Amino acid sequence: MNKMIDLSKKLASGLLFISTWFASAAWAVNDLPGGPGVRELNIQMPATKIAEEQVWLHWFMMIICTVIFIAVFGVMFYSILKHRKSLGHKAANFHDSVKVEIAWTIIPFIIVIFMALPATKAVVAEKDTSNADLTIKATGQQWKWGYDYLKGEGEGISFVSTLDNEQRIMSNNGAKGVDIDDYLLKVDNPLVVPVGKKVRIITTSTDVIHAFAVPSFGIKQDAIPGFVRDTWFRAERVGDFHGQCQELCGKEHAYMPIDVKVVSQEDYTKWVNEQQKLLAASKDDPNKVWSKEELIARGSKVYAANCQVCHQPNGKGGGPVKPLDGAAVVLNADKSKQIMVLLNGQNNGAMPSWKALSDTDLAAVISFTKNNWSNKTEQIVQPSEVLANRK
Amino acid sequence: MSAVLDPHGHIAGDHDHDHDHHGAPHGWRRWVFATNHKDIGTLYLLFAFTMFLIGGVLALLIRAELFKPGLQIVNPELFNQLTTMHGLIMVFGAIMPAFVGFANWMVPLQIGASDMAFARMNNFSFWLMIPAAIMLATSFFVPGGAPSGGWTLYAPLTLQMGPSMDSSIFALHILGASSIMGSINIIVTILNMRAPGMTLMKMPMFVWTWLITAYLLIAVMPVLAGAITMTLTDRHFGTTFFNPAGGGDPVMFQHIFWFFGHPEVYIMILPAFGIVSQIIPAFARKKLFGYASMVYATSSIAILSFIVWAHHMYATGMPVTGQLFFMYATMLISVPTGVKVFNWVATMWKGSMTFETPMLFAVGFIFVFTMGGFTGLICSMAPIDMQIQDTYYVVAHFHYVLVAGSLFSMFAGFYYWSPKWTGVMYNETRGKIHFWWTIIAFNVTFFPMHFLGLAGMPRRYADYPMQFADFNALASVGAFFFGIAQVYFFFFVVFPVMRGHGEKAVQRPWDGAEGLEWEVPSPAPFHTFENPPKLDVTATKVIG
Repeated sequence: MNKMIDLSKKLASGLLFISTWFASAAWAVNDLPGGPGVRELNIQMPATKIAEEQVWLHWFMMIICTVIFIAVFGVMFYSILKHRKSLGHKAANFHDSVKVEIAWTIIPFIIVIFMALPATKAVVAEKDTSNADLTIKATGQQWKWGYDYLKGEGEGISFVSTLDNEQRIMSNNGAKGVDIDDYLLKVDNPLVVPVGKKVRIITTSTDVIHAFAVPSFGIKQDAIPGFVRDTWFRAERVGDFHGQCQELCGKEHAYMPIDVKVVSQEDYTKWVNEQQKLLAASKDDPNKVWSKEELIARGSKVYAANCQVCHQPNGKGGGPVKPLDGAAVVLNADKSKQIMVLLNGQNNGAMPSWKALSDTDLAAVISFTKNNWSNKTEQIVQPSEVLANRK
Repeated sequence: MSAVLDPHGHIAGDHDHDHDHHGAPHGWRRWVFATNHKDIGTLYLLFAFTMFLIGGVLALLIRAELFKPGLQIVNPELFNQLTTMHGLIMVFGAIMPAFVGFANWMVPLQIGASDMAFARMNNFSFWLMIPAAIMLATSFFVPGGAPSGGWTLYAPLTLQMGPSMDSSIFALHILGASSIMGSINIIVTILNMRAPGMTLMKMPMFVWTWLITAYLLIAVMPVLAGAITMTLTDRHFGTTFFNPAGGGDPVMFQHIFWFFGHPEVYIMILPAFGIVSQIIPAFARKKLFGYASMVYATSSIAILSFIVWAHHMYATGMPVTGQLFFMYATMLISVPTGVKVFNWVATMWKGSMTFETPMLFAVGFIFVFTMGGFTGLICSMAPIDMQIQDTYYVVAHFHYVLVAGSLFSMFAGFYYWSPKWTGVMYNETRGKIHFWWTIIAFNVTFFPMHFLGLAGMPRRYADYPMQFADFNALASVGAFFFGIAQVYFFFFVVFPVMRGHGEKAVQRPWDGAEGLEWEVPSPAPFHTFENPPKLDVTATKVIG
């Protein structure tokens, strides 16, 4: 296996000569461990048994296909070279043979069965999500991943993971002069799991279909709104493993990466303890009364993390995205109008529902939009008002 | 003078004996009111080529954006619109109409019929496509831009689209209606209007493949219509077929779509098999090997195409038995497909081959299409597909079968039959330049995409990690060369022969070619086989 991977690396370095010809493309980028390699020719280095099996199957198929390819096209090109009119070759007269036809129906059929056997074994293994040590729900949302630790050590931990905002800005600026190894793969909060444990990932979505995929684990599972699906992995080594959303989910499809940080059991326990302490500390009381400044300060953070991708930092929106600056709903004296839009979404989900955010976050971001840019309503919304509007 | 632009070219200077008693209309009326299968065929081909160029420009915009990491030319919204419309326009506007164009021109000529069965419906099915094409091509200028949910139109993303989604759904309905009418026409023509003596098992392969394709079209176009109608009612009339908030199932859309979509793939490749099966024997100067098995293989592919749809959906999370069933069924398709390739190679074996442009494209087709077949086999393995589903590997795979498959066969067919259509020979040197330029640029564009996909680059991404930069740059360079080659093809090959520039073509310019189309003069007269011809025992020659 490793020899084959070495071989593909050698081939890759051979191609280097050709590709450096495109001098403008000569970034000083390195292979990303647990992610894509530079000019990688093959599947990413596997980190689970399933992925190893896939790499093996792929080589198995490649070898069979190459042999058939050489055999068939050896015959064809021999014929092309020898059976030419220009060489004076006269056409033969045969045009039918039941025996030959049967032979080249049966033989491929047997080859196909031979291919299907190891594939069947792998499918059955991939689909066995039973007896997991840890169950995590991955919720696709336009355009971030929400993780909820449902069962096993760390139960109750829950956070949202988004692309590093600086990288998103780099992308908009044409990635000029950028040569970082984890470009578009860096997230704020990676999914942390222990090494050597069977982790079951349950996927679902709040809006459109996304796909949770980590190539080095060999997993890919669509996250479908209204439905739950599952997949599993057991990472064999520690490190960061990178994936990206793999089902078209709207404009920011390319910007919702997945980072799975595999850590040792001790580190995992430590991380869980930290998270649970943080969780306890950050639990906001929805009945607490906040000052206007506190709400706006918190709201600007919530806005930056959730809203400005579409509505823009200047609140002007763009294209189909409505502006917030000067918007009737935002300026409306009836605060419940804006609260309802945030809770329920609008325009068939083009404005998604944000009810997954806490009452405090929603109250803060509404207060922020009501008092930012040219909006000077002086209205603030308290968390209790949001809570009252929740059904 | 040529038959393409002038219906009376063949009798120029012979007006006293003009036997065209109908007084066929001239000028624009000739095309708008066209009922002649040759004129309608020409219209279809020109329409398809126009759409091919529009779709090509969209593809080049995509490749220009992907030349380097980072967003330089378009924003992500527009990028998704480009990929979506590139797919829709190429599939529904370019490839499908082009094959219908070939069928219009060649089916009546090959079976010795005077015209298509329903001449006016033929006209209608062509002209229906124009408003649909305009709606598709101008959707970029609709408020909110063109649809950006991918050509597969997966719900519930399509429920978020702007008004252009509705016009595109309408356009697809119209194109579907046009396809169904065209298919009915082709089936009726083939089954009822063959010259006496041409039994089904003596029909040319192109006619056979189109007969099967036409049945596939009638079977699945209504399924697509159903899927997009449900999308439409979900969008506007409060139904929730695919909207989970109301108990709908987004995965059901995918099942319905791919129940259409997989046979659709064969709709786009079976006529290509037919064209290649005509050309290989002609230039090998040897009869097609295993004619009967070719017919059976084509039929088996068509039947199997109905039970493999969910191999597009391995990642949706099917139960294990579902995955296994669709994996086995898909792998099974490689058997009849293999039979076809073996038959072509056996036809070439011990032939007396020459390599004019049609043969180059046909051999290029077999070579490159087979690579697409192998990657298809690899994609069909559900465990490997967990790595490559929705990555550039899939993009490479289907461009190997659709560009190197369908498109190359159409180029081959153009070079093979254009002497009959226009009455002049295309320029052989230019044809060869077009072939080598196209096949090299094609491979430079799409071969590196296999590596990108294996390494994990997802498709439909406006921006990508730096590690993928070099192969993307290479693919973009290849794509531009490929695009320029097609412009060259139009201006330096197609345009001259349409204007009748070139060496005059004889009735049978290819000495190994067989079939009734070579029994009429070049260019083919405006009306052919007005009386059913008497055929020899092989049904390839007219005897008095």
